[in-house]
Amino acid sequence: MPDVIFQDGSIQPDRWTVVPRPAEGESLDIPEQGQALIPADLWLAGYEHFAGNDAIGVWFDSHDEPEILAGKVNDLPVIAVNFPKFSDGRGYSIARLLRERFGYENELRAIGDVLLDQLQFMKRCGFNAYVLRPDKDIEKAARCLNFFSQGYQAATDTDVPLFRRRAS
Amino acid sequence: MYVYDEHDRQIAAERVAQFRDQTERALAGELAEEEFLPLRLQNGLYVQRLAPMLRIAVPYGMLRSDQLRRLARVSRDYDKGYAHFTTRQNVQLNWPALEDVPDILAELAEVEMHANQTSGNCIRNTTTDQFSGVQTDEIADPRPYCEIIRQWSTFHPEFAFLPRKFKVAVNASEQTDRAAIQVHDIGLQMVRNDAGELGFRVHVGGGLGRTPMVGPVIREFLPELDLLTYLEAVLRVYNRYGRRDNKFKARIKILVKALTPEGFAEKVEAEWAHIKDSPTRLTRDAIERIQSYFTEPDYAAIDNATDLLAKQRFENRGFDQWLSHNVDTHKKPGYAIVTLTIKETGTPPGDVTDRQLEQIAELADEFSFGEVRVTHQQNVVLADVRQDRLLELWQAIKPMGFGTANLNTLTDVICCPGGDYCALANAKSIPVAEAIQRRFDDLDYLYDLGNIDLNISGCMNACGHHHVGNIGVLGVDKKGEEFYQISLGGSSHHDAAIGKILGPSFARDDMPEVVAKIIDVYVDKRTEEETFLDTYRRVGIEPFKERVYA
Ligand code: HEM
Ligand code: SF4
Repeated sequence: MPDVIFQDGSIQPDRWTVVPRPAEGESLDIPEQGQALIPADLWLAGYEHFAGNDAIGVWFDSHDEPEILAGKVNDLPVIAVNFPKFSDGRGYSIARLLRERFGYENELRAIGDVLLDQLQFMKRCGFNAYVLRPDKDIEKAARCLNFFSQGYQAATDTDVPLFRRRAS
Repeated sequence: MYVYDEHDRQIAAERVAQFRDQTERALAGELAEEEFLPLRLQNGLYVQRLAPMLRIAVPYGMLRSDQLRRLARVSRDYDKGYAHFTTRQNVQLNWPALEDVPDILAELAEVEMHANQTSGNCIRNTTTDQFSGVQTDEIADPRPYCEIIRQWSTFHPEFAFLPRKFKVAVNASEQTDRAAIQVHDIGLQMVRNDAGELGFRVHVGGGLGRTPMVGPVIREFLPELDLLTYLEAVLRVYNRYGRRDNKFKARIKILVKALTPEGFAEKVEAEWAHIKDSPTRLTRDAIERIQSYFTEPDYAAIDNATDLLAKQRFENRGFDQWLSHNVDTHKKPGYAIVTLTIKETGTPPGDVTDRQLEQIAELADEFSFGEVRVTHQQNVVLADVRQDRLLELWQAIKPMGFGTANLNTLTDVICCPGGDYCALANAKSIPVAEAIQRRFDDLDYLYDLGNIDLNISGCMNACGHHHVGNIGVLGVDKKGEEFYQISLGGSSHHDAAIGKILGPSFARDDMPEVVAKIIDVYVDKRTEEETFLDTYRRVGIEPFKERVYA
């Protein structure tokens, strides 16, 4: 079982299975046991069925629009955002929208091509759990989450940009 | 000039430590080349034809003398003893060793310099008019706003992995645009609305490169306090919807074109409506705090030295020419703005030796309150020189190679490093600049021709801004041979325009003659007051074609 890194740097086994988008004509293959992350639009399509089920979360791909879950985000225990390629920065905007615009409060995890040097950006945009690409050294994650002790901007981790802190 | 406080210092130190760690992991094989690439680019480090290249940021072009001295030392200790001023108000070193870069960055951090975001797909160094704060016709000093943008864009967590690089430029003069704002991803023109309030006219989607475009206006008036939230909205729309499937179509200009400027503006407004009043909204205090770093230096209360200068220029023709061409009027009586053209024939435009950097530092201390500005035309400005000391300054710079009185003339060429240094080049550009400078070595003739922008790039990436040259030269490759294509009619000013291609390209040896023919057409056709660009706009490209290809 791969590990997940949490905001505080702690490392725990990952209990969530990412269920890929089914091919045309196929149906979702949700494992009988354990917890599953399914494509967000399919969760919404089966909202009556899934809502309130704490073993079901969703994932977004980088081109997906988090707007579809407006008003419903907190019905979910976990939302994951996939980074198909570490250099695809759309996931950062998705995270901020989920946190700041839609008020999502539960676990937001980064999955996919998640590397060490992007962790702090992810954290500042609202992620609080990270599934590192398996070949990366998870022991270094805590340090990479905290290279900087502060940032210039307001983001999800602080709504006080440095210019406001300087004024106080 | 902006001075770091403890927060800036801490962030700069943490950045150096981070890059040292990243470099160590890259050298130890823990980071694949493609994983290290964006990290090193965001620290200004390219890998080039002959060696790595380090691009050091000069935020909005301002440098203090201690910083110049440090650049001199770094280029001596870690490089071959020279550096290069670029068209983005940055400084490039062409020969540093990869292992040394963390140490170089540490040395730069000591004097409040860095290489953050000078390359890579992130928000780059914000540029502005080199005459900011000292000219008579500006709406307000743009530099505090550039510094505000610098801080906001530095390590912005949401925008470090954009579809492509992203450049912002600010201009504040109503008469001129020395920052080429309309060929930037975002160009901000400072304006006042009918109520007299300060704000920005926002252009989005300009840029050069493969698909050159002049950026359309997407908002006529943006109140100054809304600057950052609006930028954040533009960037968010671009980050989410900019194309990522094709590197040549990934720039924001392609998105703006696809959605139409109106469609794009609507999307931005919709996004902005959500974040307009977020904590990122600027406060009057924050602006005033940054403005307090850009207050006037300790000017002496003196009158214009009109009589003295008239006498001096009468007695000395060289000084008279320099005064007419490289010296501009200043908002303060008794002062002048001086441009040192780094364009001595035979020296690649923008190249400076370590010794010259130190000389510039000495000139800054001696004549201009210890500060200089670098320009996107690859020159250096001493912005606050006493008129009664101009002669002394001119005598000092002549032996240094900064006295060429050719500002804005045909030989004040903008030129990229081309095939001499750059791995991407299709052709050399420095020898072309030099050959043209040699062909037009008569200053009186140059003055008679008036202002002409001649810009040269060694390839389509357009680092030398060839598209917006009145005369643009582009290096092209034909079956492994170097050729040069000419375009005419470009402008990077308020009347921004992309030049039109004249026709088939030329061999390098023909270039001086081809330019001479183009100039002959202008001289034949011009009316009394017309600049080259005016004449071109009136007569069109045909007469030039006819003469050149006759
Ligand atoms: C060897 C060094 C250099 C390399 C490898 C390099 C590389 C590049 C590349 C790849 C682009 C791509 C542009 C695009 O997105 O279309 C570019 C654009 C540009 N470069 Fe350079 N460059 C170098 C030196 C310079 C220098 C010395 C200058 C200034 C004289 C400069 C100024 C610019 C500018 C202004 C652009 C902008 C074009 C735009 O707006 O699209 N570069 N450069
Ligand atoms: S225009 Fe081309 S050749 Fe010139 S510096 Fe830029 S990338 Fe290199």
